[in-house]
Parts: sequence; structure tokens; C-alpha cells
Amino acid sequence: MASFTLLIADGAVVAALLSCLISLAGDISPRLCQRGAFIFLGLSGACAVVAGVLTLATATISAQTAVLGLPWLHWHLRLDPLSAWFLIIIGAVTLAVAVYGPSYVREFMHSPHSLTVLGSFTGLFIMGMELVVLADDAFAFLTAWELMSVSSYFLVAYQHHYPANRRAAFLYLLMAHLGAVAILLAFGVLAHAGGDFTFTTLRSATVSDNWATLAFALALFGFGIKAGLVPGHTWLPEAHPAAPSHISALMSGVMLKIAVYGFIRLVFDLLGNIHWQWGVTTLLIGCVTALFGVLYAMMQNDLKRLLAYSSIENIGIIFLGLGLAMVFFATNHFTAGVIGLTASLYHCLNHSLFKSLLFLGAGAVAHTAHETDLNHMGGLIRRMPHTAALFLIGCLSIAALPPFNGFASEWLTFQAAIQTPSMESGVLRIVISVAAAVLALAAALGASTFVKVYGTAFLGRGRTRHISHAREVGWGMRLGQAWLAGLCLLLGLFPPFVVDSLKSVNQMLVNVTLPAQTAGSWLVLAPVSADTAAYAAPFVIALLLLAALVVRVMLRLHGNMKTPRRSAPWDCGFGTLTTRMQYTAHSFAMPLRRIFRPVWRLEESVEETPTGLRYALQIHDRFWNWLYEPISRALQRSTRAVGLLQSGNVRTYLTYSFVTLLILLWVIT
Amino acid sequence: MTAALWALVQAGLFVAAAPLLLGWVKWLKCLLQNRAAPPLRQPYRDLARLFRKQPVLAKNASWLFRFTPYGVFGATVAAAALVPLLTLATPGAQLGDIIVLVGLLALGRTFTALAGMDIGTAFGGMGASREMAVSAFTEPAMLMAIFTLTMTAASTNLASAITHILEQGFILRPSFTFALLGLMMVAVAETSRIPVDNPATHLELTMLHEAMVLEYSGRHLALLDWAAHIKFMIFAVLIIDLFLPWGIAADLSAGTMAIAIAALLLKLTMLAITLVAAETVLAKMRLFRVPEYLNLAFLLSLLGLLSHVILEVA
Repeated sequence: MASFTLLIADGAVVAALLSCLISLAGDISPRLCQRGAFIFLGLSGACAVVAGVLTLATATISAQTAVLGLPWLHWHLRLDPLSAWFLIIIGAVTLAVAVYGPSYVREFMHSPHSLTVLGSFTGLFIMGMELVVLADDAFAFLTAWELMSVSSYFLVAYQHHYPANRRAAFLYLLMAHLGAVAILLAFGVLAHAGGDFTFTTLRSATVSDNWATLAFALALFGFGIKAGLVPGHTWLPEAHPAAPSHISALMSGVMLKIAVYGFIRLVFDLLGNIHWQWGVTTLLIGCVTALFGVLYAMMQNDLKRLLAYSSIENIGIIFLGLGLAMVFFATNHFTAGVIGLTASLYHCLNHSLFKSLLFLGAGAVAHTAHETDLNHMGGLIRRMPHTAALFLIGCLSIAALPPFNGFASEWLTFQAAIQTPSMESGVLRIVISVAAAVLALAAALGASTFVKVYGTAFLGRGRTRHISHAREVGWGMRLGQAWLAGLCLLLGLFPPFVVDSLKSVNQMLVNVTLPAQTAGSWLVLAPVSADTAAYAAPFVIALLLLAALVVRVMLRLHGNMKTPRRSAPWDCGFGTLTTRMQYTAHSFAMPLRRIFRPVWRLEESVEETPTGLRYALQIHDRFWNWLYEPISRALQRSTRAVGLLQSGNVRTYLTYSFVTLLILLWVIT
Repeated sequence: MTAALWALVQAGLFVAAAPLLLGWVKWLKCLLQNRAAPPLRQPYRDLARLFRKQPVLAKNASWLFRFTPYGVFGATVAAAALVPLLTLATPGAQLGDIIVLVGLLALGRTFTALAGMDIGTAFGGMGASREMAVSAFTEPAMLMAIFTLTMTAASTNLASAITHILEQGFILRPSFTFALLGLMMVAVAETSRIPVDNPATHLELTMLHEAMVLEYSGRHLALLDWAAHIKFMIFAVLIIDLFLPWGIAADLSAGTMAIAIAALLLKLTMLAITLVAAETVLAKMRLFRVPEYLNLAFLLSLLGLLSHVILEVA
């Protein structure tokens, strides 16, 4: 018997499906498609959030068997605290997209691409993601997973008249399926030991250590590719910029988290009994991914590409936290482990909020000025004041600055890392300390990256005519961003509530919880105790505001508040400052480019043209060179070798058949 | 309640005394270099003069530019409130730990850098770019150095960590030396002093911090300067608190407070002499050499942390 909360979650799935069906009518009435589809998406998002919040609040687990599926294997659905948490992530971002979407897709109404395709696959995509987190057997999980992957392929390929987008979509599909095969095999290993495909059986299956490690490795590979862990990240910076911005927000903000969900579900819930070696592997891959992502993000000048690389960084931080948790659990340090797990899950939600916000902001700029290149932007804070303010909140959150949410989750991750001295093994102590250093470095580089983004895009003066004439976007688009920005601030100011609501997730996964945060003072986050470490965001911010206020009041009392005089900026006495004299995205990153030179494959060229000198800089992903091109060459060589068999001559083929027949007969006898 | 009041008093004292510390450092430096020294209260007079003046804004300055001085000042004061200056018995450290402190300083720095890019002059962007590149190393180095000391206490709360260090007594450990060196190098870079930056110059090719705030004037500049003074004092007090905490009061009684004030003055004097001696002997580095300096600071701090977890824990 399905409970009330699960019914609401089903409602979310059905609403997403309805949104898809309505879009199919888009050829008859584009307006219906543009409005109606998004109304149902919003409904789906709201249902998902409500179902998630109710489940977390009551810490219930409800299950149901759907009438869908194979005759002998109906789909099992289950809503437990872990799926509820990720359902909230899906819902919160879907809501923002539903508010943002109608005005955003208006520009596609007059483009060669049909809104029907966009709307129907968006509905299917969200439905797929919701089903993944609800699935309670491997069969349903993988079906939903494929629904999600394939529908998002069509969304990436939406603007298919650009060859780059077609290439990006194909690469995405290829990588998604490599991952899916690994996930299928990981479930296969467990199902072999358990007997059938339901998660209940898989959970209780006893697997030998070697098989468990194999299942873990397959899961890390499969979910890692989908999440964008290095070296399986290459599809991400190609696919995200290709899709329309609200889809990029969903892909980067939500779909990557679904991969994290899959990993947590399989490793923490189904496998259980974690080995410390798995933790160290996850931790190290997380570290490499975080550093790699942020260093490549730093060098990008296409806004959406930069955001995609920054997603890689954040996924690295999430896996770093998960790795810490795994190491701690495996060595029986439960408090530290729970802090790590909580930090990781918290960061999942945070990243989905601020990354979607930033993608929607990038979409707003692209919508009004048709520009995604940072080197052509500038001065948007004066043209689009609201979008600029909301984008600033996104930048401060992702740069992990107080009082926004990014800081709260990074703070928690540090708290887990600081528990190192309790470890018995020296090697683990070193690994964890290095992880803390990597986290600190990634955070600082991330702040630098987003100062570059905001400084070149929104501050300074407009570098092109389009940008200088940009106009603020419609109310719907601003409202969608405002919802996410508000959540970023709220979740940053009141982290104790978030940590407490994760209690039931921890209870279910590892059967350990942190002390209740909201019991004593609900404004102070203190995972262990206030004497160990505390973060009282509202107080700190009140202090900040108080100091600023006192100074202002004092100045006013002394009559020293003279109205500022406006004048031309300092130009060293040389006369006109042109917009080309500003620091660009390239020049801003120059000091760090010198320091970390070997990380990138750089192609710099200075060309002399009749109008002057032209400087061009290209950043290439090293992994193409190191990994992908050798594999692709080897694949082509081997297919050529197989191709030698194919002469095109009928007689040769008859000989093949004859020889095969002989061999088969020989085998039978 | 009295404790909370004391915390506010301590923070107020911190903010009020910060320009004095800078005046004292300048005075010492002049003494060492055989120059006539400005009076100790010169920084206060500079601030007062700037506060009185009418600010000049660039024509295209946005709201961010006008908001930044208040934001930076507020963030720096909030950071100062978290550092125990005289006594450990105030709730300041309970509001936020050392990571929050680093976060607040980063918030101030980020806003200064953004304001530098707001006008659209080359200087602002140059300063912002350099400052953010420097901070990409100093911030993690600072965290590592502090973690080295606080990890034994398994705590990032400054007051608890200091209490723990006091209980342990003075032991000259390798990690301690590395962390001290690392943190001092970070402090020099973060407070824009020789050899990384020179606060006394406006030579645009070499400047970092000054380039960002070049467009500021009047009360805006006064607030940013004051914030810079407070930041300088935060680093000084932080080094003292973590490496030489002896003398700091554990309660609020008058006797221990008197000792704490005397000890603080003595330790700040010693630190100032070290700094001034170093600044007199060293020359400003070429800008392209700065990354090497920063790498060294980061590596020293990391080495401190590693030698701590490898050699000293267990």
C-alpha cells in the first residue's frame, strides 16, 4: 500500500509526463506548448519538493509496486529519506526552470527548431530523473536511467544545425552508455549473489570481498562518468554549453547529482560494509577532479563552458566528502564519517542551487545580448541590475564565501577533515591532510575564477555594441533566478536546519547521526560541540552589518556624509580610456596561467593583420591527448584489422560460412 | 551577558587600536632607517582627514562600488571579533571558528577585487587579478598552518585550540616551526607588505592592493584603509595567539587582564621589531618572483601539517 508521500511523488512523475504530452501538441498551438508545458513542470517540481520535505520530516519509508514493467517483474518504487533528499534537489531546480522557461523559450519560437521537441524531451528528462531516485529495483533504475540519458541527448542535440552541437551530443551519448554498461554490470554482480533485482534482495545479498570491490569499481566508473569525475569528464564541457541554458541548469545542477545519488545508493545502501581502500580511491579521484576542474574553469572564456568545468570541480568536492566519509566509516570513526557524509549531501543541494542560478543567469545574458564569450561582455550591472545582483549571489555562493550556502558545506567538509588525528594509520592521516589542502586550494582558486567571471561580464564597461545595449530580461526569468538566489542565502544563513533534516538520511544509510543542531541554539551550527567548532552565520552577519551601520551612523552624526562628486576615472593624464584597455578574462587569468603552466595544453599565437596585432589563446584538455586519442586510435586500428576480413567477394563469404559450419559440427561432435 | 559585553568591548578595542599598531610599525621603521618618524597618531589623523573629505566617484561607478567599503569594513570587523585579543573567556570564538575567520577575510578581499574591476580601468583589473592570484595561495597556506596547530585539539575553535596549546606547554616541534614560517609569509603577502607589495608606493607596475583601491577617495578610502589596518592587526594577533599564547587571560578578572594587556604589548612589540627588521633588510621582489614566494609559503604550511600528522600524532 502506497503511502501519501509516495502518492505525491507519483504525482510529480505524472505531471512531468503530462508536460511532455502537452508539448506534443505544440505544432498545433505553440503558445500552449510554451505555457502549459511549463505549468506542469512547475507542478511536478512542487510535488517533488513537497513529497521530499514530508518524507524527511517524518523519516518514513514507503514502498509500492507499480503496474509498469515486465510481466514477471513489476517496477518497485520506494520513497526513503535518501531519495527524498534528491527529490528535493530535482524539485527545487525544476520549479525555478518552470518559472524561468516560458519567457526564455520565446526566442526559439521563431527559430528553425520546434518547441515540441524541446518541451517533450524536457518533460521526459525530468520524469526520468524523478523515477531514478524512486526506483527500488535494478530494472526500474536502469530503465529510468536510460530515459534520463537518452532524453537529455536529444536536448543537447536540440540546436543541431551547429556541427559542434552534434559532435557534443554524440560524445555525450557515447559516454553515457559506457557508464550505463558499467552500472548494469555492477547491479549484475550484486544480483548474481542475491537472486533477483529488487533492492531489498540486493541489500541483503552477501557478497565476497573481491566481488564487492568489483561492484564498487564498476559503480565508481559508471556513476563517475555520468557525474563528470576525471578522466570521464570530457563530455561535460562540450554538452553543457550546447544545450539551451535552462536545460544546462537542469543537467549541471540536477543530473550530475542523480549520478551521485546512484553512487551513494549503491555503495552506502546496497553494498554496505565499506572498505577503506574504496574510500581512499574515491577521495583521491575527488581531489584530482576538484583541482583539475577549477584550474580548467579558470582558463575558460566562454561563460557556459566555464560553468561546466566548475561543475566538475564541485563534483570533485562532493566525492572528496564522500571519500572522507567512506574512509572514516571503514575505520570506525562514525562521528567524523557522518560529518563527511552530511557535508557531501549538503553540497549536492547547494551546488544544484547555485550552479542552476548561474546557468540561468548566463541564459539571461545570452537571451538578451546573444553573447556567451566573457571577453565580449562587460558593464552588465548597469544594463541588467536585477540579473546582475542575483548572479552576484550565485558567484559568492560558489566561491564559498560566508554567509552563503557554499561556505556552509565547505566548512562542514573541513570539519570532517580536521578529525584526522584520531586515525591510527599514518598513511590515511597523510591522505586526509592532503585532501584538506586540496579543498582549501580549490576553494581559493574557485573564488578567483568567479571574481574573473563577475568582473569581466557584469562590471567594467561594455566591450561590444550588443552588450552595451542589453536590456533586463522579463519578470519570469528574474523570478526563477530569485527563487534560487533566495534559497542560496537561506541555506547559508540557517545551516542547522539542513543538517538536522539530513538526520534521517544518515540514520537510514549508516545508522549514526549527529547531535541535534536545532535543539540548543538553532542559529549555531556545531557538528560535534560548540567548543570544537561552531559557525553561527546569523550572528556573524549581524556583526558585519552592525559594524557597517555604526560607521554610517557616526558619519551622519558628525555631518560628514557629503554627497559624492561624479567625475571621470583616472586615466594617467593620457586622455580617453577605451573599453579595450580593460582587463579581459584572458588577462585576468594570466598570473595563474604562469604559475600552473604545465596543467594545460596552451596554444598561443600572435598574428599580424592589416588592422593590427591579433592575439589568440586556446586551451586544450590534456586528457584528450593522454587518454581519449590513444583509445580512439587503437579502436580504429583494430576495426581496420577486422575490416580485412571483409573483402566484398561472395566466394570469400561462402568460405567463411563453410568453415564456421565445419567448426560448429566439430564442436557438437 | 557580561561575557558578551566584554566580547564587544574586545572587538571595539581591536578596531580602535589597529591604526595605532600600524603607526607604531611605521615609527619603528623610520627609527631603524635613520629617518624622522611621524607621530604615532598619524594613521588616525589620516583617517580623520579622509573621513572629512568629499568622495569623488567615477562617472560609471555602480552600487557595488559604493557598497564595497562598508561591506569590506564590516567583514573585517566581524573577523576581528572572532580573534581572542586579551581573554579567552568571551563568546567571540563560539560564533565562528578559524575557517569562518578566513572566510570573512576572503569575503572582504573578493569585494575589494570586484570593486577594482567596476570602473573599467586597467589598474583596477590588474590589481584584482594579482590580488586573487596571490590569495589563491595564501588562503590555503593560512588554513594549513592553522590546522597544524589546531589539529591536536581536533578543533577549529580558536579559544579551545589556544587553551589546548597552553595546556601542552612550550614544545619546539618541527611542525610548529614550519607553520610559523608559513603563516608569517602569508601574513606579509596578505597585508601587502615588503617583499610582496609595498604600501608606500604608487608605482603602478608593482602594486597589488593599491591598484584595486586607486579609484577610491574620501570616506570610502578611509574605510578601506581602516579595514586594511584591522586586517594587519588580525594577522599579528593571530600569530601571537597561536604560537605564543602565554599571558592571555583565561577569565575576566582585573589581575589577569592587566597581565594580558602587558603581555600583548610586549609580544606585539617583538613581532613589530621582527617585521620592521625584515622590511629594512629585504627589497621588494620582482612581481614574477612572487609566485615562488607564495609556493614556498604554501609548501611550508603543508609540510608543517604533514610533519605534524606523520611525526607527532599517535
